[in-house]
Amino acid sequence: MAKSLDEALSCIGDGCELIVPREVSGVPMAATRALIRRGVKKLHLVALPTSSLQADLLIGAGCVATLETSAVSLGEFGPAPRFGDAIRSGAITMKDATCPALHAGLQAAEKGVPFMPLRGLIGSDVLKYRDDWKVIDSPFADDDPIVLLPAIRPDVALMHAPMADRFGNVWIGRQRELAMMAHAAEKTVVTVEKMHDGDLLDNPVLAAGTLPGFYVEAIAIAERGAWPLPLPDYYGADAEHLALYAKMAATAEGFAEYMDKYVYERRAA
Amino acid sequence: MNAAPRDFRDEELLADVIARLIGDVRHVAVGNASPIPATAALLARERNGNGRPYVSLLQSRKHNFFTDGARELFDCAGQGRIDVFFLSGGQIDGEGNVNLVSVGDYEQPTVRFPGSFGSAYLYYVVPRVILFRTEHSRRTLVPKVDFVSAAGSSEGNVYRPGGPVALVTNRCLFSFADGHFTLASVHPGHTVEEVIENTGFDFERPATVPETPAPTAETLRLMREVVAPQLAEVYPQFAAQVFGVGEAAFAR
Repeated sequence: MAKSLDEALSCIGDGCELIVPREVSGVPMAATRALIRRGVKKLHLVALPTSSLQADLLIGAGCVATLETSAVSLGEFGPAPRFGDAIRSGAITMKDATCPALHAGLQAAEKGVPFMPLRGLIGSDVLKYRDDWKVIDSPFADDDPIVLLPAIRPDVALMHAPMADRFGNVWIGRQRELAMMAHAAEKTVVTVEKMHDGDLLDNPVLAAGTLPGFYVEAIAIAERGAWPLPLPDYYGADAEHLALYAKMAATAEGFAEYMDKYVYERRAA
Repeated sequence: MNAAPRDFRDEELLADVIARLIGDVRHVAVGNASPIPATAALLARERNGNGRPYVSLLQSRKHNFFTDGARELFDCAGQGRIDVFFLSGGQIDGEGNVNLVSVGDYEQPTVRFPGSFGSAYLYYVVPRVILFRTEHSRRTLVPKVDFVSAAGSSEGNVYRPGGPVALVTNRCLFSFADGHFTLASVHPGHTVEEVIENTGFDFERPATVPETPAPTAETLRLMREVVAPQLAEVYPQFAAQVFGVGEAAFAR
């Protein structure tokens, strides 16, 4: 059964390798604000495969030691200011990736194999600066170099979804990358809009979009838990708020003011 | 300079140019932060009137055929199921290398861009990649990029079915072949001299460079009446600013 938000997040400790989804797949923003209020530190944040407000907030709040992703930006609202600042000042370690490399690393973890090959990358500086990525000659061809990516096996996957049932099953709909994250991570914590009466796996239509409970460590209810980001098929982004964030977070002072008003204030949860 | 009155916006001209470059293909995908290519892809589909090419706007709910998660696009591309993709860059150089990461030293950059997104893969495997960068200046079109997010070409033994075919800017259209750019046309109101002055890399050019044709009335009508409302879902600010769609939401 559902726990309180803080209880559900208790398995995310300092130094946790935490994987979170891209900005349009159900980003657990209420949970992110709760983690910041709790003062979590030294996260190794993996954003699959990109991030926006969530990574920027966690970085600005000083929660992140290492960031592994393919891009951080506020999209139409401009650059992610706290991310840019942290990179320029060297406040975080950046592991620049490319989207399919993160997917491939997770696919390796899903299969329980140590690595996954991927095309592309050769001749790029993305590859050059990743000493954990290797190039081999394909053993199935002559003179065919190919990149190998180590499995990404996060400690915890954290996501927001429309609903869960009392058996711990979570309905993710068409956001299949949430399932991939859960398969690859050791534990999965989910916030949901609401609890579903009955068993999600009883209905074949719902079952196809359901993450089975055996992957799930904890569930908490967080209504509008992706705000101000969208929950696909349920609600859109709060464009006005994102524009406000972009403006305020452009300076350290403005970011502190934003945090006081929208993160530390309890009602914002 | 051409002072003739224009009845179209720069964005509309660029989308028209890109729509022609897309050609007769089956599946066009458009990545993040690419409102002009998204306009072009939807325009190409509306012009055909038969629902082809398939257009996948990656941040869209409606214009998105993928049901197996965010990885499906990349898996499709790896198999050759994506025909056209678009990339931009904080810097683009004369060899077609794209930089989406940073300016200056990678460890201590002076400017940080969002990151490489899918470029380090898609540039290699999608047959026709159209580069676009609206700001055409020596700051963006440089002799050598500071960071190679994705390389314009590869050594002979590297698996490389894909790569750049063109670069569209606010001043002109370059084609790309054999590892370098050639000036293909200059947009109305711009000149070859101006293109040379504002380009940081060397490029080929024919003795006479044609002017990019202006969008036709029918193209403008399709863009404004049919494409713009569809764009608003993914690019509300762009749709409002360029096409006046859904302006009320952004009236402040």
